[in-house]
Amino acid sequence: MALHDLLLALPITFATLWTILLIVVEATAKRAQLTFSLTSVGFLILITMMLFPSEQGYAFGEMLRLSPYSQFANFVFALSGLLVITLSQSYLAKENIHFGEYYIIVFIATLGMMLMASAAHMVVLFIGLEIMSIALYVLAGIMRKDLRANEAAMKYFLLGAFSSGFFLYGISLIYGATGEMTLFKIGIYLQENSATSLFWIGLSLMMVGFLFKISAVPFHQWTPDVYEGSPTPSTALMSTASKAAAFTALITVVLNVSSQTENNSNWIFALSTIAVLTMVVGNIAALSQDNLKRMLAFSSIAHAGYMLVGIVAGSDAGYSAVLYYALVYSLMNIGAFGVIALIEQQRELTSASDYAGLFKEKPLLAGVMALFMLSLTGIPPFGGFIGKYKLFAAAVESGLSWLAVVGVLASAVSAYYYLRVVVFMFMREPQAENQFEGVVLNPTLVLIALLVFLLGIFPTGMLRFAGEAMKFAFNM
Amino acid sequence: MHIELNHYLWLSAFMFTVGVIGVLVRRNAIVIFMCVELMLNAVNLSFVAFSHFLSDIQGQMMVFFVMTVAAAEAAVGLAIVISLFRNRQTVNIDEINLLKG
Amino acid sequence: METVSFILFSFLGALVMVGSIGTVWSRNPVTSALFLVLNFFALGGIYLLLEAQFIAVVQVIVYAGAIMVLFLFTIMLLNLDDEQALKEKFDLQKGFGILLGGVLLVEVLYILGLKINLPQKSTTLTPVEIGEAKNIGRELITNFLFPFEIVSILLLLAVVGAIVLAKKNFSPNT
Repeated sequence: MALHDLLLALPITFATLWTILLIVVEATAKRAQLTFSLTSVGFLILITMMLFPSEQGYAFGEMLRLSPYSQFANFVFALSGLLVITLSQSYLAKENIHFGEYYIIVFIATLGMMLMASAAHMVVLFIGLEIMSIALYVLAGIMRKDLRANEAAMKYFLLGAFSSGFFLYGISLIYGATGEMTLFKIGIYLQENSATSLFWIGLSLMMVGFLFKISAVPFHQWTPDVYEGSPTPSTALMSTASKAAAFTALITVVLNVSSQTENNSNWIFALSTIAVLTMVVGNIAALSQDNLKRMLAFSSIAHAGYMLVGIVAGSDAGYSAVLYYALVYSLMNIGAFGVIALIEQQRELTSASDYAGLFKEKPLLAGVMALFMLSLTGIPPFGGFIGKYKLFAAAVESGLSWLAVVGVLASAVSAYYYLRVVVFMFMREPQAENQFEGVVLNPTLVLIALLVFLLGIFPTGMLRFAGEAMKFAFNM
Repeated sequence: MHIELNHYLWLSAFMFTVGVIGVLVRRNAIVIFMCVELMLNAVNLSFVAFSHFLSDIQGQMMVFFVMTVAAAEAAVGLAIVISLFRNRQTVNIDEINLLKG
Repeated sequence: METVSFILFSFLGALVMVGSIGTVWSRNPVTSALFLVLNFFALGGIYLLLEAQFIAVVQVIVYAGAIMVLFLFTIMLLNLDDEQALKEKFDLQKGFGILLGGVLLVEVLYILGLKINLPQKSTTLTPVEIGEAKNIGRELITNFLFPFEIVSILLLLAVVGAIVLAKKNFSPNT
């Protein structure tokens, strides 16, 4: 292991060493507060690292591929991780599960996501996926005394392990068909030879694994139950960063087999059918949900559908739109779950109608929540609008206008259930006096709201970042 | 008779199918998990078979890592089973349906 | 020689099939686990036929030895009774299960009928050499050094996770 490799893969080297430091500190000092601070410092260092341009290339004998692409993805993961842990603290303390290990596991999950985004070999992709998934199983079940959390962890675990089986079988058949496991060598093989049916079976099995992880229809049934039962901050992480990670890995795989999928009508038909189903089913099911966490779970299915539109488009514009949307979506969804966590830890208020009159008592909190809801709907001038616009524009560019139309219609449906929350917060009288007493606004939420707002008004900087990420992604 | 690659792949695909059906049909969480292990082993068999017939070592390396991952998964999965059992005294996933609806 | 190995393959293959069907079929979780052990042992034999000596040994030690003992411990610890009779009602999930199984089976038949042309690779090692512990070890600390190191984080995570989830009297300390 040459020093050069370690430096080239600095974010991953750093995250690995920091993980070990965290475990040692937690084991000796046994103070959750200290572990929290150190984890935040770790995330901050990672975020800073991502903001500076760095060397690109293959590290550790073509195992990792460091590029602006992985840099952008790592930025999203580290930012989500940092926001999630700052929003978790008071929730965990209230639920009496303030373990230092919680933060360590969030950090390790982020490390797994970073591996997925930087993987250049199927082994690393698989290990990254498993590190992330296992960490999320633990996070889902971390409320040990809570039966619903146990149950959610159980379901998540069984379905997650089931889907990794498919994913792995896909890898195996692709290996058999191409004789390679290094992604770019698979790409070269496929450029020179035609794909066999063994390859197509392998790719579809691998896609099943991916579709499970991003909870696309028809592999979405686990999502609402798991999201509802898990502790809210854990849900925030698994609905955002883990989906973003699955999408970055999906883009890596699709780009390397693009010589077979480009202009392949079967591939485009299959994937666009799934995208349409995901958008429609997610949004329609969300309409009838009264529980906010379930509503957000179904809407997160719909958002996965929007991002799939970018993958179907199959162009650099489409992929960079997915990256940008992953960032914006992570921010606004973490924000929305953060507000729910804040209110949930004071009172057992879970349905949209319980939020009636929030504006009267806590105007700032209501304002922040409204901003997240509007942005999730895709109303300008917030970040969600730009993200969706870019996704659908990419689809139109690739000659898939009908897909963009379905997407816009689906978003119009989503306006109903998002705006319903806003209407309750602003227009209705509270159900009881001092309903929201004791709810203290977490400054992090204001920060997230500000970021979502800024991404909507001045998107150029970030869009360029995402565009560059794709331009240099695989041209070496 | 001669053993060909297809024989191994057939065996592997058979095991995988049985595993998948087991996951979907059985109700006991631990047995479902065993069926997942069955699926992973089916995949391992196909890796080793490809590795042998390609004369390429990568397939066998992958098996090595799959085993490690399976061990880690087993530790966490069984911990989840135990924590569930402490609160509920059942591992039958039909009785676990607080979250339906 | 060819015939001998084919007979061995048929025998071990039959054991693998019996083991996997038995795992799914038997009502008692302990029986399921024992069928799975049988399956893993037979699979180890098949790896030997494929000249993967090292993997065969690891299969028996890690899978049949370590992982299955963990399963059996958990089953005994929880003292699980026989599963209640499976519901005979044909519900949606079962239908879905059988459908998916059918699709996979078609795929099986498809692969069986397929003449697979493996890509030609220029390698220096023969299949026998590939399976030796010496070469696997060398590969692990050269080309596969990074996954080999990073998988330790996964094991660390499993240790921490299992303690957080299952240790008795685990309470927050501030």
